[in-house]
Amino acid sequence: MNNAIFSLKKVSKVFPGVKALDGVDLHLYPGQVTALIGENGAGKSTLVKTMTGIYQPDGGEIIFNGKSVQFHSPHDSHALGITAIHQETVLFDDLAVAENIFLGNYPMTKHFSIDWPAMEARSQEILSSINAHMNPNQILRELSIGQKHMVGIARALSVDAKVVILDEPTAALSHHEIHELYELVNTLRDQGKAILFITHKFDEIFTLADRYTVFRDGSFVGEGFIKDTNEAQLVEMMVARSIEATYPKKDVEIGETLLEVSNLCHTTEFADISFSLKKGEILGVYGLVGSGRTEVMQALFGTTDHVTGSVKMNGKEVIIHSPKEAIDNGIVYVPEERQKQGIVLELPIYQNVSLPQMERLAKHGQIDQEGEMALARQYCERLQVKASCWDEKVMNLSGGNQQKVVIAKWLATNPKVIILDEPTKGIDIGSKAAVHEFMSELVDSGLSVIMVSSELPEILGMSDRILVMNEGLIVGELSRADATPEKVVSLATGGSVTC
Amino acid sequence: MLKRLIYSREGVLSIIVLAMFFGVGVISPDFISLSNSVSIFNDTSILIMLALGQMLVILTRCIDLSVAANVAFTGMFVAMVNQYFPELPMALLIFLSLFIGALLGAINGLFVWLLKVPSIVITLGTMSIYRGATFLLSDGAWVNSHQMSESFIGLPRYEILSMPVLGWMAIVAIILFFWAMKFSVWGRNFYSAGGNPMAAFYSGVNVGKVQFYAFLVSGTLSGLCGYLWVSRFAVAYVDVANGFELQVIAACVIGGVSIVGGLGTVVGCVIGALFIGVVNNALPIIGVSPFWQMAISGLVIIIAVIANATSGKDKARIILRNPNANDEIRAN
Repeated sequence: MNNAIFSLKKVSKVFPGVKALDGVDLHLYPGQVTALIGENGAGKSTLVKTMTGIYQPDGGEIIFNGKSVQFHSPHDSHALGITAIHQETVLFDDLAVAENIFLGNYPMTKHFSIDWPAMEARSQEILSSINAHMNPNQILRELSIGQKHMVGIARALSVDAKVVILDEPTAALSHHEIHELYELVNTLRDQGKAILFITHKFDEIFTLADRYTVFRDGSFVGEGFIKDTNEAQLVEMMVARSIEATYPKKDVEIGETLLEVSNLCHTTEFADISFSLKKGEILGVYGLVGSGRTEVMQALFGTTDHVTGSVKMNGKEVIIHSPKEAIDNGIVYVPEERQKQGIVLELPIYQNVSLPQMERLAKHGQIDQEGEMALARQYCERLQVKASCWDEKVMNLSGGNQQKVVIAKWLATNPKVIILDEPTKGIDIGSKAAVHEFMSELVDSGLSVIMVSSELPEILGMSDRILVMNEGLIVGELSRADATPEKVVSLATGGSVTC
Repeated sequence: MLKRLIYSREGVLSIIVLAMFFGVGVISPDFISLSNSVSIFNDTSILIMLALGQMLVILTRCIDLSVAANVAFTGMFVAMVNQYFPELPMALLIFLSLFIGALLGAINGLFVWLLKVPSIVITLGTMSIYRGATFLLSDGAWVNSHQMSESFIGLPRYEILSMPVLGWMAIVAIILFFWAMKFSVWGRNFYSAGGNPMAAFYSGVNVGKVQFYAFLVSGTLSGLCGYLWVSRFAVAYVDVANGFELQVIAACVIGGVSIVGGLGTVVGCVIGALFIGVVNNALPIIGVSPFWQMAISGLVIIIAVIANATSGKDKARIILRNPNANDEIRAN
C-alpha cells in the first residue's frame, strides 16, 4: 500500500468558547477518495479551512509528502497543490468565468501583463475536461447554481492539484449534475489525485469513496476502508454518544390541535409539507443543513413568496403573506441567524424587545418609552438576560444573552406558536440549558413550540414528536418513544428506517 | 457584439452624453465645434483623473472624501514653493505634488488597512484636517498669478496637436488605468477585493493592502490635480475645489461604479465625468441657471443608482432534488 500524501496528526483548533477540532487525525492517499463523515457541527468545515491555510491550527502537525508544513495563508497551501471547493461560494459574481478560475494565479505574458487569451483558452480546456460547457467570457452572475459549481471545480483544478477537497459538493446540485460530478471525481481519482469528499449522504459515500474517516463533535472517531463497513456501522459511529439526562423536559398535558399545515409547497425548496401542532407540544424538526427546514418555517412566518397550501389556526384557515400577518395570528419565528435576522446590534435591549409592536406602544405617533422599558423588564427578567441595564446595547451581550433578547422580543408579542430555528446554535453550554429549560416553561404556560435543530441530542431530548426532513420533503414522523438517534439520522440522510 | 455594446451601461451613457452634446449643438452650433469639444474635454480633465482614483477606492467598498482637500493642500504647497523658489525646475514641482498627494492618500489608506476604520469616517476627518492645514500653511493668504513663475502657469496650457497638456495628462491617465485595470494583477485585485472580500482572501488576495493602494493612487492623483488646479486657474487659496469631492463621486456613480464595490469600468468612469463636464458647459449656453445644474446631476445620480440596484437579482437556491416533485405529488 502506498503512503499518505497528506496527513493531519492531532490537529486542534479552538475558537473562543468552542473546541472546533480536538486532536483529529486524517490521512489522504493518492488515487483514492476518502469520505469524511460527521453530523452538522462535527468540525468538518473547520478542518477544511485548516487544511487550506484559512485557519491556523492551535496544535498538532500537518504533513505533506512526508514533510511537516505550516500554512500561514491560503496562498501557502495553494502553492503545494492543495485545493478546495468550499461549501459556501467563494466566487466573484461580477467577474467572467475565466477570471474566476484563474484569480490569484493569472497567466502572464512576458510584459507583466495578464494574458487574457491564454486565460480564456486554458479555461476552455479545463471546463471541457470536466464536461462543463460554457463560455469563459460569460459573467458568473448569469450562470445557474450548478454551473457556478462547475466553475468552482474548474478553479480548483486550474492549479496542478495534488489534493482536492470537495466540501459537500452535491448540496446544491440537480440530479443530473450530481452524476456529472461523480464522473468527475472518478476521473480525478484515475489521475492519481488524493481526494477528500465531505458529505452527509450515504449513497454518495458508498458510490464514490475508498476510505472513510468519521468525526463527531470535533473529535476523531474512526477510519477504515469502505468495503469493510456498512451504513448501520457508520451511523452508529456518527451518533454514538450518551444522551445525557440533562434535558429538562417536563410532562405537559398536550391539548387540542392548534396549528394545521397541509400540502405546503414551494416551486424549488419544498413540497407537500403537512403536519399539525398541538397545544403544549414541542415539535422537533430535524434535517441536515439544506434540507429545507428553515425554508418551511420562513414560509409559515410569511417571509417566502410563491407558497401554496393551507394553514389553519384553531381550525380556521389563515392567510399569512407577511411577518406582520403571522404575528397577528400568533405565530412568531426566532431565526437561526440572530445577528442578521433577529436583532439590531446597535440598538439597546429595550428597543429590540419593543420592535415588533412599536405601533401598539405609540400614542399619537409618539413612542411610550416607559412602556417599552416595562415590557423589556418584564420579559428579559423572566428570561434572565444578563445585562447591566435594559438600556445597554445588544452588541455588548454574549451570544446566549442575545438569543434570549430575541426570544424576549417575540414572547412580548404574546404568541400562540413559537418557532425556534436552531435555538442553541453557537451558544455556550450554560445558556443552552437555560434555553431548554425555558422551552419547557413555555409549553407549560400553554404555548406550542416548533424547534428546528441539527443537534440530535437536543431534538431527542426536548421533542414530543419529531419530523425529519430530507431534500425538501418530510420523510418521517417519529414519536418521542419511537425515536432513536439511528432512526433519525438514517431518515435524514435518505435511508429508510431499518434499525 | 454591437448589440451588447449598445445595451451596456457604458453604451447607454455614451449615447445620452452624445445626444446632449449634439442637442446643444442644434441651439448653438459653436458648441460642437472641434475647438470647443477639445476645450470641454480639457475642462473635464481634472474631474476625470480624480474620478479614476476615486473609482479604485469605491471598487474596494470604501470612499475617499478627502480628495478635494488634498487638491487644495497640495496646490497651495507647490504654489508657495514656486512663489519662494521660482528657479526650481517644473519636473521637481510635479514630483513634489505627486509625492505630497501620495502621502496624504497613504495616511487614509493606512488607517483603513491597519486599523480597519471605516473609510467614510477617516476621510471625513482628513478632509477637514487637510483643508485646515492649507489654511495654516498659507495663513489664509492667496498666491496670485503674478507670484507664480511663467512655466508654473504655462505648463498645463502648452498645446500639443491643438490640445493643452492638461488634456493630454488625462488621456495618459485613462490609458494607464485602462491597461492596469484589465491587464495587471494589481488592477484586477480591486475587483476581487471589493466584489467578494471573503472569496478574495480565500484566493490569497490581501484585501486591506488593496484598499491601501486605492487610497494611495487616489491621493497621488489628487496631488497632481492640486498643481494642475492652481496653475490652470492661476490662483491658490484655501477654498480651492471646495466640495469638488462630491462631483468626483458623482462622476463614478453616474459612470456605473457600484457604490457597494466590485463593479465599475474605466470607460464608464470617464464617460460619467464627461457627462458632468458636458452638463456644466452646456447649461450656461442654453441659458439655464447653475442651480439647475446641481439638481440635474442629483437626478442623474439617483437614476444611476436605481439602475444599479434593479439589475442582477440573485436567483433562489434549489433544495428539491427533483424539480418536478411538486407536480408529481399533485398528480398522485
